Amino acid sequence: MTTILPRKDAVIVGLGWTGAILAHELTEDGLDVVAIERGPWRDTATDFNIGYAQDELRYGIRRDLFLQPAVEAMTMRNNTSQTALPMRDYGSFLPGNGVGGAGVHWNGHTWRFWDSDFQIADHLRDRYGATRIQDLQLQNWGVTGAEMEKSFDRFEYLAGISGRAGNINGRIQEGGNPFEDPRSRDYPLPPLQMTYAPTLFAEVTRSLNLHPFPTPAANLSKDYINPLGIAMGQCTMCGFCERFGCANYSKSSAQTTILPVLMKKKNFEVRTDSEVLHVDLDVSKNHARGVTYVNTSGEEFFQPADIVLLCAYGLHNVRLMMLSGIGEIYDPNTGEGTVGRNYCYQTNAGAQVFFDDKNFNPFVAAGALGQTVDDFNGDAFDHGPLDFVGGAGINCIPSNGRPIQTRPTPPGTPRWGSDWKKATVKSYKSTLGFSSQGSSYPTRGNYLDLDPTYTDRFGRPLLRFTFDFPDNDIRMSNWVSDRMEEIAKAFGGRQYTNTRRKKGWDSVPYQSTHNTGGAIMGTDPKTSAVNKYLQSWDVANVFVIGASAFAHNAGKNPTGTVGALAYHTADAIRQQYLRNPGQPLVSA
Amino acid sequence: MSRIVFSLTLAATALSAGLALAQAPDQADQIIRGRYQAILGDCAACHTAPEAKPLSGGLPLETPFGQIIPPNITPDKATGIGNWTEADFRSALKTGIGHDGKRLYPAMPYPAYTKMTDRDIGNLWSYLRTVDPVFNPVEANQLPFPFNIRLSMMGWNMLNFTLGEFQPDPSKSAEWNRGAYIVQGPGHCGTCHSPKTALGADETSEPLQGGSLQGWYAPNITGNSYVGIGSWSEEEIVRYLKTGTNGHTIASGPMAEAIQASTSLMTDADVHAIATYLKSTEGGPTQKPQPIPASDARMKVGAAIYHDTCSACHGGDGKGANQLFPALAGSSIVQQPSAETLTRLVLQGSQAVHTPEAKTTPAMPSLGWRLTDAQVAAVLTYVRNSWGNAAPSVGASDIGAQR
Repeated sequence: MTTILPRKDAVIVGLGWTGAILAHELTEDGLDVVAIERGPWRDTATDFNIGYAQDELRYGIRRDLFLQPAVEAMTMRNNTSQTALPMRDYGSFLPGNGVGGAGVHWNGHTWRFWDSDFQIADHLRDRYGATRIQDLQLQNWGVTGAEMEKSFDRFEYLAGISGRAGNINGRIQEGGNPFEDPRSRDYPLPPLQMTYAPTLFAEVTRSLNLHPFPTPAANLSKDYINPLGIAMGQCTMCGFCERFGCANYSKSSAQTTILPVLMKKKNFEVRTDSEVLHVDLDVSKNHARGVTYVNTSGEEFFQPADIVLLCAYGLHNVRLMMLSGIGEIYDPNTGEGTVGRNYCYQTNAGAQVFFDDKNFNPFVAAGALGQTVDDFNGDAFDHGPLDFVGGAGINCIPSNGRPIQTRPTPPGTPRWGSDWKKATVKSYKSTLGFSSQGSSYPTRGNYLDLDPTYTDRFGRPLLRFTFDFPDNDIRMSNWVSDRMEEIAKAFGGRQYTNTRRKKGWDSVPYQSTHNTGGAIMGTDPKTSAVNKYLQSWDVANVFVIGASAFAHNAGKNPTGTVGALAYHTADAIRQQYLRNPGQPLVSA
Repeated sequence: MSRIVFSLTLAATALSAGLALAQAPDQADQIIRGRYQAILGDCAACHTAPEAKPLSGGLPLETPFGQIIPPNITPDKATGIGNWTEADFRSALKTGIGHDGKRLYPAMPYPAYTKMTDRDIGNLWSYLRTVDPVFNPVEANQLPFPFNIRLSMMGWNMLNFTLGEFQPDPSKSAEWNRGAYIVQGPGHCGTCHSPKTALGADETSEPLQGGSLQGWYAPNITGNSYVGIGSWSEEEIVRYLKTGTNGHTIASGPMAEAIQASTSLMTDADVHAIATYLKSTEGGPTQKPQPIPASDARMKVGAAIYHDTCSACHGGDGKGANQLFPALAGSSIVQQPSAETLTRLVLQGSQAVHTPEAKTTPAMPSLGWRLTDAQVAAVLTYVRNSWGNAAPSVGASDIGAQR
């Protein structure tokens, strides 16, 4: 039996970054808002207690803060000729769970995508011709960099990002990223104090005529009070960011930047440990009535609402749309349907340099404390003579020296035993790593849909991945790895390694939790699931907010752009949609 | 005789006729003023239980003599004070004798409220009549024999109670007098912050010099710069009362509740007046003892624990971080004669209150599960004797008693 609850103005699915931003913005307009969160309530003092927050076994290895496959698994295959099988455990990527979502356990790299990303199809076609990108399904996002600037700025000031501007209103700033789009003002906080490894990386790359700059970080370089009046503390560089909650109010998350204000509002409520099963549509299939969810006691509820905001992790947004019949599921054979289209990932590679005479003290670290070189990212360089498009940021961000997982050893070292122990002792402090974070461009054959065989505990089909690294991206990554090898040599260490990205995505080893696309934004309802305001083309009172909206993935971490899109959507709802509710903000 | 009755009736008729026209705004004014008196007196702190309807009865107060449950003071006739007259109410506040001559226990701070002016009490009464009546039977008196005999309060009053309205000191400023009135009268600060005699009365010779209650130590709030608030500027006192945080400390326990429900809602002028008055008061030890040397074994253990567990937030130098983590260096709270509050904070943790000016509500996590009694004692001894602090050491048995 389903209990029908009193109507709300808006129901939000998932209370992470985007859910918290939307909830705050809409409640400011007086809307009565409820958020429904699958996982538990999480708060700094009780859940990220300083006495156990840095428990690597609990959080790093056993992954206490993450989605477990018993709750929801996914199936994967590399191409349509294969049969997808369920992942028995999450490995390649680790979706979050609970209030704060993946924004609790992230490292804090906070990038802005560029105008050449938002208008990527036009940009690359104009510069290199249509044939260069004919194997890729690149699409414009429907917005421009200039249009998004205000929203990027709001997210960065909400989160107290530490960094150095590279371009303020068109004026290049010394020490910042010269390739970034113009920004209206500097970051709210100065860069973090650099540790030795990134300092050395900056020296070496500068000697190669590259342009290193401090990675923009959501680990705070100073005490900060954000525009909502919420105080955050200076990062202590404990080196427990990724996979961990922050005990010190030093890493930006919904908990540290929004919830203290949001939770006090009388027109806001969160229901935790409650999983939304689907969005309920009316008979016309173009209007949502609300959502149906189930709590941990198995009781089912129908929450009627005028607006439905899907703010879960991008992959879950896509699956919920499919399970609810919002839009048509993408078919790679015909190219028709939009939900599941343009799933992208991240094309990463790594390098390590082993020294005899250096001590990097790797345990003095923060998730985003480091230096980046963007000379080979996106379209910052001329691809004219090359056989690919896209690029990668090269990052030296030694985010931790944690005892279980951070054990660099040179090639040829046994995997266990006394020789391994000796090698880890020798290499622990004296190894420098850096990596490329490469773009991931869409192809016709990379997509998401519902698995025909496997179901979850409620009998709903699992999400199915069909993905492999496109040839373009492999060529890109290899070319960037060549550049990394030049950098590695210039360090002058004893030896270096260079791990290259190969074809054949494997869902087991951890790679990146930057799963993008599947409910992409765009200008054409035939090729995008949501319009430029992240409003469903098919069901006008449903908005789908998250990296699911990315029409491709750039060589950058997605959170900054996800946060900006959340503000962009919130503004559209507040300033346009509420005046004329139920209507499309863009006519198809 | 009949003539007198007649003229009184006339006068009453004239009055009630006028009430509908001219006096309604006055009455509204009175109610608004009364509501402010309820804020000054923080009635809700005791008389409203969490999640309950306002003033419908509170959570039990643990006194050294037993439990007292703050009664329902809504105008409900059956279970509240709906049958009371204004005179009953005035008498309860002024003398501790309520409706039907029933004697109150001084957990109801009538020894402070006796100092309130008739006008303030009248306004408060007007406001209380407007509160929603709630049916909620409360038996206030849960005390064991012989304390459950209300008449015994007659003797208590003879020994401990001084009747009488606040008398301004003409040699002081109006602001000082206003502050003294609030602190001694409606604000009843001494109810927590003054040490108690064996009979549970305020130790009138040591007002505001710190007292223990309900598992917390309400610190010295005199102008004493070692254990009191003398090292805080007037602005810092104001900021503390308005927001619960001022860089030196973050309110916890009953004071956090008092700030949320009372002082943060007071007018700026009243909070400044309180600060002016408190700064002028004196009391408690002014000479710091010699700190326990860093070479002491307890200090060495405490330093190790501090650097492992505490320094990430409170800083290696004990300076904390404004709004988020209270400073320990130079903190008078840390150097109180009693470590009761500190012990409680370490064992159980505490969360800052949400006020309009300080919204973050940062929290001290509970560490009782992690540290033994001896470790808590060592780390408290360390923070009480580092960075210029000096205060008596803390023993493991003190910690065990508070688990």
